[in-house]
Amino acid sequence: MKLLVCVKQVPDAKDVRLDPKTNTLAREGVEAIMNPYDRHALEEAVVIKEKLGGTVTVVTMGPPQAEAVLRESIACGADEGVLVSDRAFAGADTWATSYTLAKTVETLGGFDLILCGKQAIDGDTAQVGPGLACRLNLPYAACVQKTRQVSAKAIEVERMMDDGYDLLRLPLPALLTVVKDINEPRVASLKGKMKAKKAEIQQLSAADIGADPQCIGLAGSPTQVVRIFSPEPRGDRQIFSGSVDEQVDQLVACLKAHL
Amino acid sequence: MDYLFTEQQQMIIDTAREITNEKIIPVRAELDEQNQFPREILHDIAKADLFSIFVPEEYGGLGGGCFEIVLALEELARGCVGVATSFAASALGIFPVMIAGSDEQKQKYLPEIASGSRWAAFGLTEANAGSDASGIRTTAVEDGDFWVLNGTKQWITNGGESQIYSIVALTDPSKGARGASIFMVEDGDPGFSYGKKEDKMGIRSSSTRELIMKDCRIPKDRLVGRRGTGFITVMKTLDVSRPGIASLGIGLAQAALDEAVTYAKQRVQFGRPIIAFQAVQHMLADMAIQLEAGRALVYAAAKHIDNHPKDMSKASSMCKVFATDMAMKVTTDAVQVLGGYGYMKEYPVEKMMRDAKILQIYEGTNQIQRNVVGQELNKEYS
Repeated sequence: MKLLVCVKQVPDAKDVRLDPKTNTLAREGVEAIMNPYDRHALEEAVVIKEKLGGTVTVVTMGPPQAEAVLRESIACGADEGVLVSDRAFAGADTWATSYTLAKTVETLGGFDLILCGKQAIDGDTAQVGPGLACRLNLPYAACVQKTRQVSAKAIEVERMMDDGYDLLRLPLPALLTVVKDINEPRVASLKGKMKAKKAEIQQLSAADIGADPQCIGLAGSPTQVVRIFSPEPRGDRQIFSGSVDEQVDQLVACLKAHL
Repeated sequence: MDYLFTEQQQMIIDTAREITNEKIIPVRAELDEQNQFPREILHDIAKADLFSIFVPEEYGGLGGGCFEIVLALEELARGCVGVATSFAASALGIFPVMIAGSDEQKQKYLPEIASGSRWAAFGLTEANAGSDASGIRTTAVEDGDFWVLNGTKQWITNGGESQIYSIVALTDPSKGARGASIFMVEDGDPGFSYGKKEDKMGIRSSSTRELIMKDCRIPKDRLVGRRGTGFITVMKTLDVSRPGIASLGIGLAQAALDEAVTYAKQRVQFGRPIIAFQAVQHMLADMAIQLEAGRALVYAAAKHIDNHPKDMSKASSMCKVFATDMAMKVTTDAVQVLGGYGYMKEYPVEKMMRDAKILQIYEGTNQIQRNVVGQELNKEYS
């Protein structure tokens, strides 16, 4: 089984601040971590590898320092890391990012299963995983909370829904995005850390993956950010009390008043 | 203070810290409350390769020594001494094989101990053999290609949870301590069973249980070292393991100090955070001073022991006494700093104080350790 995990380096959400002047994320002095959902995607891939054999490749698109999350992945059980890095990728939205990752997957080739975190905690879009599946024309399941069965041919998963879950069976190759309920990521092992320190990280540029310059980075990104701002805290809350029926009546009256 | 750790030592510390923060601290109160053995956490510790640190490289370990164990245990104890004790007991149980075992025994046991796929335990204590270990009654009699063991071990850490036990038994009862030998007994051996499980004041997540051997027949090759050398191996084992207990005191005291200082900065009385009061500050200062002194002694003793000196016992006993008496004092003071809140189970310091007490008792009471130091002094100055 050849597994691929897409990971992203993000600022630690415990310490998120906006620059009050530019309204962009203040990244100086903020610790960079592996996107928490991606840790679960990696753990799931490693668990499947331990069960069925095979390899886990981890790929990230990002600046040179994003190499750190690849080494961390190797310490946690991945076999190799690929850093897709090029100045031309800067400013990519989810459209351009999924294009870049798709070209990377095509370049590396031959994966049976691709795993991504549900979303990254910086952009919070949850679009890159599904976007990548669409570009590669792969069946996919988003928000997977459990792998029920997996073989060389197919995978059976539970997709988390608001009111329970959907049971899906996907032929391989396929792509999954996972939620945190799927597993408990392991702590990086000592031998893994030693291996990670020495590991060769493969680097791919835009040219290496044969990317069309018009489809990557800012040029390939249809999303335009008009304004980023911290919303003013709103104090005009109203709390209803009484029995459930009374509260519903109050709520309906309140909504009607605003119609 | 910077102790100039090697890269590998720092890696061990970081890994143990991650286990503590991610796997131990979130569940420690529940494990304590429910008297629940931390099986899952030991599996996590195994996956992180921490069981391999004290095993020689040729048997799949990292080849670390006493100092590396001390570093790992300190971090684990910061989370929970019960969990850290369960981890440490596996090292204690396999030390006799590392010290006196045959190549075949090392080949058989050490790789699985290093991978954490099996855990060990150490069976010395009996109802009438505590501080006076020579009072053991368990016997081992040769019978063709087998040894037959009879007796009951008491208060055995990891009892019923480990798969491999090093058992001290008398092979020549008439010779007393010189007639003791060590045997490897395995879970499932005929005549080997588990008895009473203790309900303890502290380290409640660890398992403390009776081991019962009733005509327990084991193959001849389970004898560790030469017949009659059991007590020498026991003493050597404890010399190497005691700094580990000392480091549990260091990690525990660090956790208690962290809680106490954090609380003292937040708790406001008489219009000020209580850390602003000199009475509280001095308490915290004394806790920090004692802790740093203890850490320095434990590290120095562990490094000293790793050089295999002749006066191992003295260093080992000194650091065990100092660090564990210190941990009792610091955890008690932490409860005092937190006042009424400290006495409540909602805050972690009451558990820390309960956990601290055993450190002064097990692996040789602190009174016995003082005997060792005193006897060594007597010899040195003769």
